[in-house]
Amino acid sequence: MQEINLKALQGEIKAIAATEGNQRTRLINVVRKVQAAYGQVSDPMIDLISEALSMPRIEVEGVVSFYHFLSKRKLGRMPVFLNSSAVAEMMGLKEVAAAFEKAAGIKFGEVTPDELLSLSWTSCIGMSDQEPAALIGGLPFVRLTPEKVFSIIEGLRSGKSPQELVEKLGVGDGNNAHPLVRSMVNNHLQLSGQVLFSSFTNGAALRKAVSLTPEQVIEEVKRSRLRGRGGAGFPTGMKWDFCRKAQGGEHYVFCNADEGEPGTFTDRVLLTEKPELVFEGMTVAGYAIDAEHGILYLRQEYQYLLAYLEDVLEKRRTAGLLGKNCAGKAGFNFDIRIQMGAGAYICGEESALINSTEGRRGDPRDRPPFPVQSGYLGNPTLVNNVETLAAAARVVENGAEWYIVFGSGQSTGTKLLSVSGDCRRPGVYELPMGLPVRMILAVVGAENPQAVQVGGPSGTFIAEKDFDRKICYDDLSTGGALIVFGADRDIMSIVYNFACFFESESCGWCVPCRVGTRLLKAKLEKINQGNGTLRDLAEMEQWGKIMKSTSRCGLGQTAANPELTTLANFRSIYQHRIKEDEYLTGFDLKTAVAEACEATGRYLQDE
Amino acid sequence: MSDKIKFLMEGKECTGKPGQSILQAADDNGVYIPRLCYHPDLKPGGSCRVCTVNVNGRNMAACTTPVADGMVILNETEELRDLRRALVEMLFIEGNHYCPFCEKSGNCELQALAYRLKIMAPRFPYMFPERKLDATHPAIFIDGNRCIQCGRCVRAAEEVDHKPILGFIGRGVAMRIKAGSSKGLAGVEIGPEDACVKVCPVGSIIVRETAYRTPIGKRTYDHQPIGSDIEARAPES
Ligand SMILES: Cc1cc2nc3c(=O)[nH]c(=O)nc-3n(C[C@H](O)[C@H](O)[C@H](O)COP(=O)(O)O)c2cc1C
Ligand code: SF4
Ligand code: FES
Ligand code: FES
Repeated sequence: MQEINLKALQGEIKAIAATEGNQRTRLINVVRKVQAAYGQVSDPMIDLISEALSMPRIEVEGVVSFYHFLSKRKLGRMPVFLNSSAVAEMMGLKEVAAAFEKAAGIKFGEVTPDELLSLSWTSCIGMSDQEPAALIGGLPFVRLTPEKVFSIIEGLRSGKSPQELVEKLGVGDGNNAHPLVRSMVNNHLQLSGQVLFSSFTNGAALRKAVSLTPEQVIEEVKRSRLRGRGGAGFPTGMKWDFCRKAQGGEHYVFCNADEGEPGTFTDRVLLTEKPELVFEGMTVAGYAIDAEHGILYLRQEYQYLLAYLEDVLEKRRTAGLLGKNCAGKAGFNFDIRIQMGAGAYICGEESALINSTEGRRGDPRDRPPFPVQSGYLGNPTLVNNVETLAAAARVVENGAEWYIVFGSGQSTGTKLLSVSGDCRRPGVYELPMGLPVRMILAVVGAENPQAVQVGGPSGTFIAEKDFDRKICYDDLSTGGALIVFGADRDIMSIVYNFACFFESESCGWCVPCRVGTRLLKAKLEKINQGNGTLRDLAEMEQWGKIMKSTSRCGLGQTAANPELTTLANFRSIYQHRIKEDEYLTGFDLKTAVAEACEATGRYLQDE
Repeated sequence: MSDKIKFLMEGKECTGKPGQSILQAADDNGVYIPRLCYHPDLKPGGSCRVCTVNVNGRNMAACTTPVADGMVILNETEELRDLRRALVEMLFIEGNHYCPFCEKSGNCELQALAYRLKIMAPRFPYMFPERKLDATHPAIFIDGNRCIQCGRCVRAAEEVDHKPILGFIGRGVAMRIKAGSSKGLAGVEIGPEDACVKVCPVGSIIVRETAYRTPIGKRTYDHQPIGSDIEARAPES
């Protein structure tokens, strides 16, 4: 870069850093702004950012290289991120990807010579009910077809903005048509239950909360037996109690809206249609644990909701539901800010999410200490899922007795399910906890499915014999995802897709996850090439168990689930593709010899 | 809280101090738990997982788990031995380790641990990754081929040398160690006496022109297996 440019750049980057108060904990915001302004965060920019924030250069570079949507290499002014999820593959991803390459005249990983377009892959963007989907210039484009792709690229070339193209293609239902959203996403809210998607009066839960003591609020949540909806199922009231009692520092409430588990899109719809309820849940939690600060961690994929959510927050401030003396309660001050992510599934893990919010790489932390003891900037921090907080608000508003009626046994209340794949009515369903899979399949219009994936890649593949199992904490637990696979789907290619997902989403910190995800992917490749043997199946099981029992966080501990649960429930699909013997060569001799000939330039006599 | 923590290690009664990790307490009791990313002068990293032990029936990393009263810990089960072997094998196949012509041979903790765990050949296929050599600095080089991503140098630079000049870039299998300058090592302040250079357990961060000062045969692990010094410690009475 020329001297003169560098000077100008320095000024500009200084100005960007200043908008974030030159705080290094806001590094993610700074690099996101730089990325948006220049289409890259180049080496000289990294130098300037590290200078402006007075922080080590390596930390800036570490962050830039960690997140999917940040790039040292220049991307197009209209970057295309096509998501490679398994459901997208089922819905015609291959043709759509080919159309992008043809229309743009470049391959994935490249930038057009005029720097208008770049094509990149990304993991699930939370649109499994309307695949194939891509982020173009930051906006979601859904239900893509090759024809749509050609017209979108043509539109961009003729100078139309992504928003103009969305308007042309038609905006979605509900608040997707809100003036501050105007997105082509559809809610597909197929079934509203009585807890989350029923009518809610702004402030009702909060006013009820502040009429009680914080201890009473926690007691009510405990009595409701509400458990975390983010996957782990930790009792919510108990977590609030731990956090309230934690000593030292200011307390923080985090709402986890990273929603990266492929096939999960419940938070998307909650945040689109019921953001007040979610913010109310955060505020109630803030009152209960004596916090003044709430942070919504929103994945970058959902940036199209940002302006709208900021507006909802502003209205709540005006209505006295946020800010000083919330809901008229003297001394209860609470406000919420939104922290954007930058593309990383691992940032949904609560301690990685906290690291990311502090401006770091999204590596998880060791436990103890748990976030409730020492989380954001070392302070006691409560991290809850979007749905958990929304449900907690209703619990406090209407009482535990009201809540536990929905659901069964230890799994109280309703659960949002995001259903995708081979069914007639994909979308979001609010259903009582404890329903058998078979019943849900009937409701969503799934005929004769071969398999159902409960909980996304980190969950469980189940076969027909298990369709009477129930969706609840004691049986099949899910963060929301339910992916249906019809009779003629190739399960092996879905497992392979999931293996690629985990390999690219591992943070890399610990050995078993970092290396194991690559090893499992290579095994599947070997089997798919027809070179698998019985031994490979046994090794996949052994290696998967090693990852499960030694990985540092939930990602590595569950990353082998696609292989382990299909080896348990769909063994025949593997057996059809392998050589049914233990001691056979793991490669094809002819191909290997041909490769060697090619490499050496010496060919066999008789060929 | 009492100042003595009582726990069972391999059926043997042991004591630890509040604030200690299982690994530190075991060290004090003369019990060696295999480890790679741990270094006594640094905060634990929890990344290699080689220190995995069985605590009350569950596998946990000994270097990051605080020791607690009443813990029943197993260290030398066949299952744990196999897990550790697997983890060390993963490190071998993930990088490019050619011990016979590596200047660290004999002083290398990875190599020594492989011997101690009786690893003959890795069960995993080699990856033969493309890794970089940073030879920009006159006194020190980093050979990425041999890096095991333990993060010891990163922590030492920060915690001991107080100059965060090293760190990781990329993620997953593509994660790499890197110096904090666009010019590489040449662009950072680093010297042979820095802790971040000395703590490297393998032959990744090397001080130039020192390779064969200690001849092969006289190196740290040539006579005694790794961990012997810890096992020689008398348990505190
Ligand atoms: C790899 C990984 C990804 C995760 N992603 C999410 C997520 O997107 N949203 C979420 O709420 N929890 C996620 N979790 C779980 C969180 O760590 C945490 O348990 C949860 O946010 C707690 O909220 P809850 O108790 O309300 O469920 C993830 C965990 C792991 C290991
Ligand atoms: S299991 Fe290990 S490498 Fe995988 S995401 Fe968690 S900490 Fe990172
Ligand atoms: S020594 Fe404990 S994880 Fe490496
Ligand atoms: S002998 Fe271990 S890195 Fe060289």
